[in-house]
Amino acid sequence: MKEKETGVREIAYPGQVLGDKKEFLPGVGTYEEDGKIISKFLGILTKSGNYVSVVPLSGVYIPKPGEHVIGIVTAVEKVGWVVDINSPWESFLSLSEAVDEFIDVKRVMLNRYYDEGDIIYAQIASAKRGDVQLSMRGPSCKKLKDGVLVKITPTKVPRLIGKEGSMINLIKEKTGTMIRVGQNGVVWISGEKVDKAIVAIKKIDEKSHIYGLTEEITKLLSD
Amino acid sequence: MAKIKGIELIKDGKRLDGRKPFETREVEMKVGIIPNANGSAMVRFGKTTAIAAVYGPRLLLPKHLQEMDKAIIQCRYNMAPFSTDERIKPGTSRRELEISKVVRLALEPVLFLENYPKTTIDVYVEIIQADGSTRVTSVNAASLALADAGIPMKDLVVALSGGKINGQLILDLNGIEDNNSEADVPMAFMPNKKHITLLQMDGELKHEEISKLINEMFKAGEIIYKKQIEALKNRYSE
Amino acid sequence: MRANYILKLLEKDERLDGRKLDQFRPIAVEKGVIERAEGSARVKIGKTDIIAGVKMEIETPFPDTPNEGTLKTNIEFAPIAHPDFSPGPPSEDATEIARVVDRGIRESNSIDLEKLCLVEGEKVWGVFIDLHVINHDGNLIDASSLASVAALMNTKIPKYEDNKIIRTEFVGKLPVLHTPINVVVSKILDKYIVDADKEEEEVVDAWLSVATREDGYVCAMQKGGSKALSLKDIDYMIDLSSKKSKELRKHL
Repeated sequence: MKEKETGVREIAYPGQVLGDKKEFLPGVGTYEEDGKIISKFLGILTKSGNYVSVVPLSGVYIPKPGEHVIGIVTAVEKVGWVVDINSPWESFLSLSEAVDEFIDVKRVMLNRYYDEGDIIYAQIASAKRGDVQLSMRGPSCKKLKDGVLVKITPTKVPRLIGKEGSMINLIKEKTGTMIRVGQNGVVWISGEKVDKAIVAIKKIDEKSHIYGLTEEITKLLSD
Repeated sequence: MAKIKGIELIKDGKRLDGRKPFETREVEMKVGIIPNANGSAMVRFGKTTAIAAVYGPRLLLPKHLQEMDKAIIQCRYNMAPFSTDERIKPGTSRRELEISKVVRLALEPVLFLENYPKTTIDVYVEIIQADGSTRVTSVNAASLALADAGIPMKDLVVALSGGKINGQLILDLNGIEDNNSEADVPMAFMPNKKHITLLQMDGELKHEEISKLINEMFKAGEIIYKKQIEALKNRYSE
Repeated sequence: MRANYILKLLEKDERLDGRKLDQFRPIAVEKGVIERAEGSARVKIGKTDIIAGVKMEIETPFPDTPNEGTLKTNIEFAPIAHPDFSPGPPSEDATEIARVVDRGIRESNSIDLEKLCLVEGEKVWGVFIDLHVINHDGNLIDASSLASVAALMNTKIPKYEDNKIIRTEFVGKLPVLHTPINVVVSKILDKYIVDADKEEEEVVDAWLSVATREDGYVCAMQKGGSKALSLKDIDYMIDLSSKKSKELRKHL
C-alpha cells in the first residue's frame, strides 16, 4: 500500500522545466519548447500516466461550454438578461434559452422571470472571444432562493467537490445545508449551519495545496 | 557628460555600504500581501521597497481599447510621497510615466495573453521607499505578482541594475551611487533562455564594459531568480 | 453580494466574522517602517492595511499664523489596494477621509506648531502626513487616524543649516502634545457597530466619526451616510466611540 502523504503538495512555478518530451506528455498548464515541458503557472504539479500538468493555485474563471455556473442577474434587457458570472466577461441569458413558452416582449416585462439581483444556476451555452451565452435548459438549472453566496478561487472547485463529491457531501452532511457549486467559484449555501459551512469552504480554498485536507475538514466540522 | 565627481564611492574595493563591487544588497521577497488583489508581492533591495499588485484579467473599458483576441497589459509605477528625502507631490511625473512603460515592456514577452480577449491585466507598482534601482525592484515585484495572480507565463522575469562608480563596474546601485555614477544600466531578463526584456543605460561605458556588466548581471540574477522561486513556494508553505 | 445575510445576522447581534457589535478586528501597529521618512507607521486593522509617512519640509507660514508650522494630511487610494481604485486625482471619499483625519489632529492641538517656527513670518516646518492605502477592507478612517498619530509620535525633526535640510541629523522629536483617536461608529438598522469592514460598509445607513483626545475631550466629528441620526443615536455613538478610542490608544 502507498504510504500516506503529508505536508505540502509539490508546487511548480512559471518557467519551471518539468520534464523531457521524450519521457512525458504535456498536460494542462504547461507548454513545450525545444523538446522540454515547461510550467505556465504557479500551481500544483500532478503526474498522471505520462502526462505532466500544473493546476494553477489562482486565476480568473474562463467559461467553457457545458459548465455550470452560479450567476447574479445585473440587468434586465429587452430580449434577455445580463448575468455576472464572476469572470472577466459578462454573460447573456437570452429569452429563448430561459423560457419555453412564447412571449410577446412588447407586452411582457421580463423581470417577472428573472429580476435584477436574482441568483441563477445556469449552464454556459457558448463562449467565444469574450462573448458568453448562458442557458437555463439543463435539468438542474434554476433560480436559487434564500441562500448565501461565497466565492472561492475557481481553479479550486474540483478540490471543494472532492472525489465523486466526497468533500462537498461531507460538508453538507455535517452542517445540514444545501450547497451548489458553480465551476466559476461561486458557491450557494442554504440551511442550518451556514456559517460553519462557510468556514469549511474558505479553509479548503486556502489550504487546497496540502495533503490530508479531508481529515482537517472532518476535524473542523466535528468541533 | 561627466557626472558629479569628487565623491569617493569605493575605497579599497569596498563600497560606502561595505559591499564588494558585484555584491547585491540584502534582498527580501514576499508573495500574496494584498488580499484584495488577484496577485501581489513585496520586493526589497536594501532600503528600496516595491509593492506590486495585479488586478485582472478584467474587462477593459472603454470598449475601443479592447483587443478582440487577447488581453492587454496596463502598468503604473508610482512613488509614495514619503519614499524619498524630499516629499514627492502626488501626481504622475514624466519619469514615472516612462518607467511605467519600460516595466510593462519588460513583462509583456513572458505573458500568454490569448486566452483573455477584451480584457486588461493591470499591474500597479508602488515604491514605498526609494534608495536607487527602483525600476528593477518593480519588475521583480511585478513578476511575482503576475505569477501569484495565476496569469500564464513562459517564465519569470528577473531584474537588477549594474553601473560604474569611480571607474569600477558594480551591481545593484543604491541611491547615492545612482546619483553619482558614471553609468547605470538597469536590466531585466527571462532566466531560462537569458532573453533580455529591459535594458537601459545612462552615462559612459565602453562596449566591453557593457558586455562584462551584462554577464555579471546574468550571474547575480541567478540568486535573485532563486529568491523569486523561494518566495512563490513560501506563499503555499504550511 | 451578502447584504441580506449581514442584515439577518445583525438582527441577532451577530456579524459575518463572528465579532461582537462593539468589537474591532485584530489591530497591529508598527512604527518606523519607512527609514527615509522622518516619521512613519503601518497599521493593520483586520485586512485593512495602511502606511502613514511623515515628511518635514520648509514652508512659508500662513499670514494669520506667522509663528506656527503647517500641517497637511493627504491620502492616496493607491490602485494596488482595491479593484475599484484607479490611478488619478483623489476621489471625494479620499478627500473626505484626509480632511477628517487632518481635523482630528489639528483641532486637538496634537502638534505644538509654535515650536516649528524657524523665522517668524518667513520659514516654518511643514508637517506632511501622507497616507498610502495598501489594502482596503473597510474602516479607512480609524486606520488612517491611528497610523497618522503613530507616525507623528515617531517623527524626528531634521537639522536645518545654511538653508538646507540635513536629513541624516536630527535636532529632536516632533512635539506631540495630544493623541486624538478617531473611531467611527456605524448604524445599520437599529444597531450600532464599530470597525465596519468593506462588506458591512456597503449596508451602513449612517456613521459618525468622533476624534477623542486622551483627556476625554472630543475634538472633531463627521457624520456620514445617507440616513439621518437622532440625538439619542449621537449620544450613544459618541459614548461608544470615546470608549473604543481608549482601547485603540493602547496600540500607540
